[in-house]
Amino acid sequence: MKSAPFEYARAASLDEACALLAKHGDSAKLIAGGQSLVPMMAMRLVRPAFLVDINEIAALRFVTVEKDGARTGACARQCAVERDDALAARVPLLRQALAWVGHVQTRNRGTLGGSVAHADPAAELPLVARVLGAKMILRSAKGARTLDAGKFFAGPMSTSMQPDECLEAIHWPAWGEGRTGSAFTEIAIRHGDFAVVAAAAQVALDPGGRCTRAGLGLGGVGGTPLAFPEIASRLVGAKLDDEAIDGAASDAAKESDPGSDLHATKEYRRHLARVLAARALREARDRAMAA
Amino acid sequence: MSERLYAIEVEVNGARRAAEVPVRMSLVDWLRDELRLTGTHVGCEHGICGACSVMLDGEPVRSCLMYAVQANGHRVTTVEGLAKPDGSMSALQDAFCETHGLQCGYCTSGMLIAAQALLDANPDPTGEQIRDAIGGNLCRCTGYQQIVEAVELAARRVRAK
Repeated sequence: MKSAPFEYARAASLDEACALLAKHGDSAKLIAGGQSLVPMMAMRLVRPAFLVDINEIAALRFVTVEKDGARTGACARQCAVERDDALAARVPLLRQALAWVGHVQTRNRGTLGGSVAHADPAAELPLVARVLGAKMILRSAKGARTLDAGKFFAGPMSTSMQPDECLEAIHWPAWGEGRTGSAFTEIAIRHGDFAVVAAAAQVALDPGGRCTRAGLGLGGVGGTPLAFPEIASRLVGAKLDDEAIDGAASDAAKESDPGSDLHATKEYRRHLARVLAARALREARDRAMAA
Repeated sequence: MSERLYAIEVEVNGARRAAEVPVRMSLVDWLRDELRLTGTHVGCEHGICGACSVMLDGEPVRSCLMYAVQANGHRVTTVEGLAKPDGSMSALQDAFCETHGLQCGYCTSGMLIAAQALLDANPDPTGEQIRDAIGGNLCRCTGYQQIVEAVELAARRVRAK
């Protein structure tokens, strides 16, 4: 359980990290919190020849709450985001999801950017990014570009980032609607583990209680976290009663593409997808009603 | 095999420790094998069991999920750093003894670090907050109940002072 040998550099700035990636290309890997990368290196599932440490780049640790959402630097620690009340008020789904992420010790070290860039299809933060339509701000020595979460996640543990690109920041959009509620729920083998299936939902209601906007997503039932914008848009205009919610949850479960493994069969995952999607939508609706 | 060494300087339990380490040496291996601070235990070595918990700049982290080189310039507290300056046990350590919060002792140093970090931040935790704070630490002896009792007892005693 020891990592294979590698070369190491502690980058002092984002420019330096990008320059190192440009120089070493495919053989280099960024390390942020290391809570997924280090165990994978210890088990020798990955053997990067060069590790670029971005933990000490203070400029990547910011958390700013803006009018239209929140912006987090790639190295913002999960614990710092979890404790930020202003951010939780603007983008509540983030704190709701972080309650399911790992444990105190891993959240103290783990970063938002690391979790998103690791792109585990059952991880909580990539699912939040998908449901909210987060924007990934990428940087390389050649310049910057912004990718939508929908284009960012390419498959299990893989993203559309180029080998010379570094995730610089994530923009988490907030909805402008007044009565908005969101919810995150999951089933895991033990609390803190990656989910067997996870569901996230956000809804906005008009004063009469009709849905004006909805978002729904599922993790653990496909190669990437899945969002269901068409199913969610069919909820717009409806009273979010049990029939409407159960219908949307059932449609989302049908569209999902789960696999079987040691922990759960695909049939069980599809069942969980339906149940958890409905639970998340109900809880989001109840929060919106109370807002 | 000769590996390139990296110079590091880390404050460990209040003392500055300078060393040259191979880059792939984990923080826990450096603490145990080089500094001989064997109170921190190595359990699963991949971030599941919590036995290797130490405080990094006052916050609990898993020392098997960090390379020693990454601790350069930071402050580390191990279980050895929890005892009072005269070497006698802390209120939390006493409470673990009194409530039988340990049996084999393998998880204990990690439990102590997790619980002390909780009490530092929150001197009056609820049972649920205690369970959440030690949720990342596995114990195979106690069934956890006595550990929760130990943290409650220590919190009561520290508050009464």
